Amino acid sequence: MAADSELTPTKYIDHHLTHMTVQVNEGAFWTLHIDTLVTSILLGFLGIGFVWLVVRKATPGVPSRRQAFVELMIEFIDNEVKNTFHGNRHVFVAPTALTIFVWVLLMNTMDIMPIDITAWVTENVFGLHYWKIVPTTDVNTTFALALSIWFLMIFFSVKVKGLGGWMHELFCTPFGKNPLLWILNLLFNFIEYVSKPLSHSLRLFGNIYAGEIIFLLLGMWAATGVAGAFFGAILGAGWAIFHILIVTLQAFIFMMLAVVYISMAHESH
Amino acid sequence: MNINFTLISQALAFSTFIWFTVKFVWPPLLKAIEERQKTIADGLAAGERGKHELELASQRSSEILKEAKQQAAEIIQQAEKRASEIVEESKKTAKEEGGRIISGAKAEIDHEIFSAKEALRQHAAELAIAGASKILRREVDAKAHADLLATIEEDLK
Repeated sequence: MAADSELTPTKYIDHHLTHMTVQVNEGAFWTLHIDTLVTSILLGFLGIGFVWLVVRKATPGVPSRRQAFVELMIEFIDNEVKNTFHGNRHVFVAPTALTIFVWVLLMNTMDIMPIDITAWVTENVFGLHYWKIVPTTDVNTTFALALSIWFLMIFFSVKVKGLGGWMHELFCTPFGKNPLLWILNLLFNFIEYVSKPLSHSLRLFGNIYAGEIIFLLLGMWAATGVAGAFFGAILGAGWAIFHILIVTLQAFIFMMLAVVYISMAHESH
Repeated sequence: MNINFTLISQALAFSTFIWFTVKFVWPPLLKAIEERQKTIADGLAAGERGKHELELASQRSSEILKEAKQQAAEIIQQAEKRASEIVEESKKTAKEEGGRIISGAKAEIDHEIFSAKEALRQHAAELAIAGASKILRREVDAKAHADLLATIEEDLK
């Protein structure tokens, strides 16, 4: 939070929702949200690195407490994948699900961090005026993940059924093989293919972004005085506790949808 | 809410993380878990085997116990038989010994009797000779009848 004297609610919220950007090339597209990128990559290293460090020393004997924790998580994910995906999941799908869950969960969890304290730290310790620490409140992140899954979906469709098989599926499902229905089928599939990544990414983005906004609104109670700050803190704590559920649930849903989409690509109709 | 180059960067980061997990994170843990599952399965099988072996062993031990009991009974029976045999034998030997002692004693008694008889006869002969010589001393010369006396004495013996 900048120590401006003429601080208004709009400015407060605007400030917290502004990315730190780096222009890598000319044009609006070539902007890089460096805060999103750095935070998410750091979190990825942290989460997947932690799992990797534990797994590197994994023993088949009595597991350490840390190994047991990682195993618990991995077996949970593996179980979910097993119920959905009926191929050899260990080659790609299950590890991908693990990556998604760990990474998205950590990125979502940044939402629970006290916004004004982290903003103060990034500003006064690292000298970064704008720094959004929740990568999943950046639509670029959620779209990046969802589109990656979308491409994987198409890749596996073509790989499993062949290009012809995929085309056949696009034109002949879900309504039938009749040439009169081809256009309808294609339209239907087109809508499906468009809506999948949209709903996939916007669900995660919307939930986390809304959570962030609510934290910001609760943070504004502090502007009304000591009693307001106290009240806002209590509400913020309540929302944070509730948010633990949302954060985990959204990470899980995102992972499950990715698994379901990839599994559907493997199955022919 | 603007889509920009961040999307591509994030997608690259995402694929890198997936690649890392697929290559380095998933396989070792999967191996460890599978090995543990195998160990557990082996342990369960070993437990089952142990249980089976225990059953066999207890069966065998009861068989051995039964055999031992039977043997003990046999030994006791034999011992009893032997004891009665010994008693029987000792009775027999005692009887034999007694018989021998008795016959010995009888022989001794016979001998005693014989020697007593002999002594008595001697004595009687001496008495008779003494009596006769007392009678004859008056009328008969001792010298003349010494030969006669000697023959009588010889006869009496």
